Amino acid sequence: MSTTTEATIQELAAQKYKYGFSTDILMEEFPKGLSEDIVRLISAKKGEPTWLLEWRLKSYHAWLKMEEPEWARVHHPPIDYDDLYYYAAPAKPVPKSLDEVDPELLKTYEKLGIPLNERAALAGVAVDAVFDSVSVATTFRDTLAKAGVIFCPISEAVKEHPELVRQYLGSVVPAGDNYFAALNSAVFSDGSFVFIPKGVRCPMELSTYFRINARNTGQFERTLIIAEDGASVSYLEGCTAPMRDENQLHAAVVELVAMDEAKIKYSTVQNWYPGDAEGKGGIYNFVTKRGACRGKNSKISWTQVETGSAITWKYPSCILQGDGSVGEFYSVAVTNNRQQADTGTKMIHIGKNTTSTIISKGISAGHSNNTYRGLVKIMPGASGARNFTQCDSLLIGDQCGAHTVPYIENRNASAKVEHEATTSKIAEDQLFYCRSRGLSEEDAVGLIVNGFCKDVLKELPMEFAVEAQKLLAVSLEGSVG
Amino acid sequence: MLEIKNLHARIGDAEILKGVTLTIPDGEIHAIMGPNGAGKSTLSYVLSGRDGYEVTDGEVLFNGENILEMDPEDRAATGLFLAFQYPVELPGVGNANFLRTSLNAIRRKRGEDELDAVAFLKLARGAVKQLAMKEDFLKRNVNVGFSGGEKKRNEMLQMAILKPHLAILDETDSGLDIDALKIVAEGVNSLRDEKFSALIITHYQRLLDYIVPDMVHVLAGGKIVRSGPASLALELEASGYAGLEAA
Ligand SMILES: Nc1ncnc2c1ncn2[C@@H]1O[C@H](COP(=O)(O)OP(=O)(O)OP(=O)(O)O)[C@@H](O)[C@H]1O
Ligand SMILES: [Mg+2]
Repeated sequence: MSTTTEATIQELAAQKYKYGFSTDILMEEFPKGLSEDIVRLISAKKGEPTWLLEWRLKSYHAWLKMEEPEWARVHHPPIDYDDLYYYAAPAKPVPKSLDEVDPELLKTYEKLGIPLNERAALAGVAVDAVFDSVSVATTFRDTLAKAGVIFCPISEAVKEHPELVRQYLGSVVPAGDNYFAALNSAVFSDGSFVFIPKGVRCPMELSTYFRINARNTGQFERTLIIAEDGASVSYLEGCTAPMRDENQLHAAVVELVAMDEAKIKYSTVQNWYPGDAEGKGGIYNFVTKRGACRGKNSKISWTQVETGSAITWKYPSCILQGDGSVGEFYSVAVTNNRQQADTGTKMIHIGKNTTSTIISKGISAGHSNNTYRGLVKIMPGASGARNFTQCDSLLIGDQCGAHTVPYIENRNASAKVEHEATTSKIAEDQLFYCRSRGLSEEDAVGLIVNGFCKDVLKELPMEFAVEAQKLLAVSLEGSVG
Repeated sequence: MLEIKNLHARIGDAEILKGVTLTIPDGEIHAIMGPNGAGKSTLSYVLSGRDGYEVTDGEVLFNGENILEMDPEDRAATGLFLAFQYPVELPGVGNANFLRTSLNAIRRKRGEDELDAVAFLKLARGAVKQLAMKEDFLKRNVNVGFSGGEKKRNEMLQMAILKPHLAILDETDSGLDIDALKIVAEGVNSLRDEKFSALIITHYQRLLDYIVPDMVHVLAGGKIVRSGPASLALELEASGYAGLEAA
């Protein structure tokens, strides 16, 4: 291949992933590798209380004894956990106010379409910006504080609201829950903390924007959202990373707690760098997300649009403890080229008359593999529980794979569980119909795929639905013809 | 002007069009009739550029330009429109969104400004009314759950909005009730001017009472075997196609 064609191809690839740039900024990094010392260093760096350091150390020792899970339908060379940096943060001290944020960082977020300047910001959306291991800015804190809402980096919450963090941290996802959750519990660096007090409807959308920038660095963020009785909040996270040839690890934990009549809507638009067409580079996205509907008639709703990452391993789940509580999982997972996704949900029905809805749309193109894996578990006490599951797969081309692995465990005779699944291809007549009406082949695929995902996309907050639609089309570029 | 010269086309190994020659000058409406399996839909697909149809000989010029090398979407942009014999369902794709995406794609290709949502909705509502369709048509998903007749009307809605220079109607009249038939005819007639031309594929004289064609052609065995004035359709209705195929 001539160098000019090579350059053109690289340019094209770069266009497809438009967030692939990196920011040149002076960083502070801890030495590579993981040890008790590194865990202590992270904790000391953040000035944490002893109980938290101990919790981290316990998690670290639990992790040492665990094995990486192998049941998912994903394949990757072994990860060398000693060849990673576990902490990387801009060298300058964390700014006290938005005016003090490094202009280089402001520029980065602007380029990502997330202006941190409150005047330029999306109306009605407060943003916490996490850059590698630390939160660099949180907008609209004053507006939120007036409503009694706490929205801040979790490292700050540890200092300002230690009693809340101590009460809830690890209460939904215990430190030893699984390999990646244990790792996260040992080394988590930052993430968002949200607390909505009794009876308060959060006046704005809350959103965290995660950016991986540093090389060879793992990102281990931790998010904790608590909605007290009658409170409600809608939260959205977005993620991007530079294009790098080596794989990078992202192992996050998200915990949600909803008390009586509380509602939490958690939406994700995941667009980590997926690697190139040959499968080189990209993020390993190994994430544990779980919500506890502790109160009666509480509701937790997960909506995810997963387009990025080389590998996605994630099962946002709901524990439906409170009588009459509701769990929802709406998911679109797109894989193209060599991407692999093994994603789904768990709905654990414990309380009476609990209901759950699962709508999963998997789209596979190129040489990718896309698996839905779900568990619906009805405990003996969950009389009158109901679940409806719909899993649809759409295949583009004949080199990709789509798999559906639903597990159902029903231990209560009065419960009703329904499962529907379909697999389809984009039909030639659909493409031709669209093209005969003036649409290019790629726009036609975009339109058909968006139609296929509509039931999920309509669950996203309006501000992000349009963005997500565009993202779907871009992720599938080059998948036909 | 559309000029089809000695067009041969095959699907796989089967030769379906065996030398079709046909000219439709601007401003004229021509009808094509012919027995089932004669190749009428095949001709419409070849003209609009569907994959899987291989042209082995001949050429097609639209306003002097060879369109056989063009992608279907580019043919649409030059003003070609095909009303499908079997309109296709697009689950989850709203009719209004589809129409607007389509109109704007064509306008973009022509270097025209895109229509914003408000201007588009005004245009679309007007067309819906003209075609005596229910307004919720715009909100429904493209052809999903539409009755046979509704699907055909939806094709006419697209035509009304895209305003083609050459419309090919493949059995748009099949399955239409008599009121719908009149509305479709009005739709075509309202586009009639010295720039607009149409190729109407039909099995029935009925439609041609309302859209009076300048010429009627009979396609049989992959060739035009007879051409004549509007009265030819009446004649065919009386005598059928017997004896024509051999010609
Ligand atoms: N994909 C295909 N593979 C093989 N043969 C095909 C294919 N599509 C169409 N044909 C054949 O081509 C011939 C012409 O079909 P076409 O649909 O053009 O007929 P038509 O004139 O439109 O008929 P009708 O009046 O029934 O609509 C038929 O014999 C049909 O069986
Ligand atoms: Mg036909």
